[in-house]
Amino acid sequence: MGRIETTFDKLRQQGRVGLIPFITAGDPDIDTTLEIMHALVAAGADAIELGTPFSDPAADGPTIQAASQRALNAGATLDKVLDMVERFRQGSDSQEALGRDPDTPVVLMGYYNPVFVYGVERFAARAAQAGVDGVLLVDVPFEHQSEVKQYLEPHSVHAITLIAPTTPEARAAQMLSNAKGFVYYVSITGVTGTTAIDTGSIAQMVNRVRSISPIPVAVGFGVATVADAREVATFADAVIVGSALVKIIHENTGTPELLPRVSAFMQELKQGIRQAENHQNNI
Amino acid sequence: MYTYPDTYGNFGRFGGRYVAETLMPALLELEKSYAAACADPAFAQELHYYLHNYVGRPNPLYHAERLSAHLGGAQIYLKREDLNHTGAHKVNNTVGQILLARRMGKSKVIAETGAGQHGVATATVAARFGLQCDVFMGEEDIRRQSLNVFRMKLLGAEVHPVSSGTATLKDAMNDALRYWVSSVRDTFYVIGTVAGPHPYPMMVRDFQAVIGRETREQLMQQTGRLPDVLLACIGGGSNAMGLFYPFVDDLQVRMVGVEAAGLGIESGKHAASIGAGSVGVLHGNKTFLLQSKEGQINHAHSISAGLDYPGVGPEHALLHELKRAEYVSVTDTEALAGFKLLSELEGIIPALESAHAIAQVAKMAPQMKRDQSIVVCLSGRGDKDMHTVADAFGVSL
Repeated sequence: MGRIETTFDKLRQQGRVGLIPFITAGDPDIDTTLEIMHALVAAGADAIELGTPFSDPAADGPTIQAASQRALNAGATLDKVLDMVERFRQGSDSQEALGRDPDTPVVLMGYYNPVFVYGVERFAARAAQAGVDGVLLVDVPFEHQSEVKQYLEPHSVHAITLIAPTTPEARAAQMLSNAKGFVYYVSITGVTGTTAIDTGSIAQMVNRVRSISPIPVAVGFGVATVADAREVATFADAVIVGSALVKIIHENTGTPELLPRVSAFMQELKQGIRQAENHQNNI
Repeated sequence: MYTYPDTYGNFGRFGGRYVAETLMPALLELEKSYAAACADPAFAQELHYYLHNYVGRPNPLYHAERLSAHLGGAQIYLKREDLNHTGAHKVNNTVGQILLARRMGKSKVIAETGAGQHGVATATVAARFGLQCDVFMGEEDIRRQSLNVFRMKLLGAEVHPVSSGTATLKDAMNDALRYWVSSVRDTFYVIGTVAGPHPYPMMVRDFQAVIGRETREQLMQQTGRLPDVLLACIGGGSNAMGLFYPFVDDLQVRMVGVEAAGLGIESGKHAASIGAGSVGVLHGNKTFLLQSKEGQINHAHSISAGLDYPGVGPEHALLHELKRAEYVSVTDTEALAGFKLLSELEGIIPALESAHAIAQVAKMAPQMKRDQSIVVCLSGRGDKDMHTVADAFGVSL
């Protein structure tokens, strides 16, 4: 059983809703990202989504676009991101004090082109070796998924399925029939971190997806505040928070406040989610 | 028989539909609606009506006798897309797409634009049919093409300046895609070139193929023969694809696409995706791109805003790989010389984009016999480029 399955099993047994932070790898630089990853786990992250930077992130709003550009300017590449995941798992000689994390699932999220140019087969082998558990390429829809899945699967790395509010139910069912790891439900019809999430209307859709999904459903894209996280946690298996966290990282880059602020935000989110857990468990 | 794309929108190993899931249902709906429209004679009639009465088609295939005599080789024929309403070939496609948008019951259209010709052509048909229109345009292009920005506003469109990335066409396309993701339920995205996710490359080609169909008929009438060479400039490649497509099975007809070499291929400042790029995935399709070895998209450069794009339509990538078409490139300086040449010899001021094709005909025609023919797609007129050209010639207006 992979790390993703182990994690969601544990969450279910404990009656908890997961919290999955998204950060852009390499913003402000690779070493700081590694520190942030460990800080996120210490503050209660159940899994980490690691954005791999791309020059033309057409599914992202201004916050993650800018983070992606900063990461590229600071020299981030797919190889460096994969090396960092390996250091997260195995421990890092240059950042020894951070320790190692053999358990927390890491999902790479990004765009197809850097992976395509790297060579999908070579990428799959390297990602597995580094300790990546899932890969979500936002511009590889279901129709093209086999192009990456055929190489990821033999290495037990999941190609994560993404479902949107515009996905018709029959299509969702088809996509879910063979989905692995967890499902990423996009909570807004828009790009990351832009529109306020309308929890009322998506609750119904997420519930429908959950009722036909053989695997857990994580919800993200517009979850910006503790209140959003609390609301989403009433109907999701896990909550993904991205742009809001990326913003905090950027605002505190280069100050001693960076890690404390990241941890504080995580703890607030955890608290919000905990209130919702009680609600879900009482139904 | 040439039958691309396949049912999944693949042109060999190029093309496809690489977009976020949010957009997939809209693309599947578009594909279905387009297929239904193609099967409906009423749609073809309606399209023909507007191409004839609104766009002004057929436009002439003009024998450029002085240019031909000056170059001393093949006879040069200009397909006068510059005489279309709005001054370029772009309107052939926007008329088709707006009629489709109406059939689909969409109330808003969006478009990306580089030189502004596609933006103007979209704003024009949106005004004609009373649809709300939003155009995305890079800030750098807004500066270079201020006249077209003003035209779009006059036509009632809202122009959204795009400052991200290189602030040119590729970034305008990113922002148009982002906007479309947020408004996909009631908005039709009018893509201006033979790129993007399936069915756009096929659909835009089909709407532009009127260029090649007319050319074939007109040249047969004038000379009784098929052309020896077809020549067109390539940014995304819609005017070239429109000219080439109806001749693709006539293997004796050479097809030459002209990419922008900018300051020279060796300078790294160019827009020659086929000539100097590598295969990748951007804006919904797999094709040749200008990119780093890590798969990050590079800046393109061309004096012509319409060619300033780091990719090319997937069907051109295929025609290149099949060796059915040849792709060459022409520098900014050569294009400016072509611009002057056509203005002085024929009294026709070409768009800077089309001037690249003129520069190439100046290289090729002298190598050919006088009884041979070259058709050049004069994709647009140069009025929009007066500021850029004056700048380049050191004239202040």
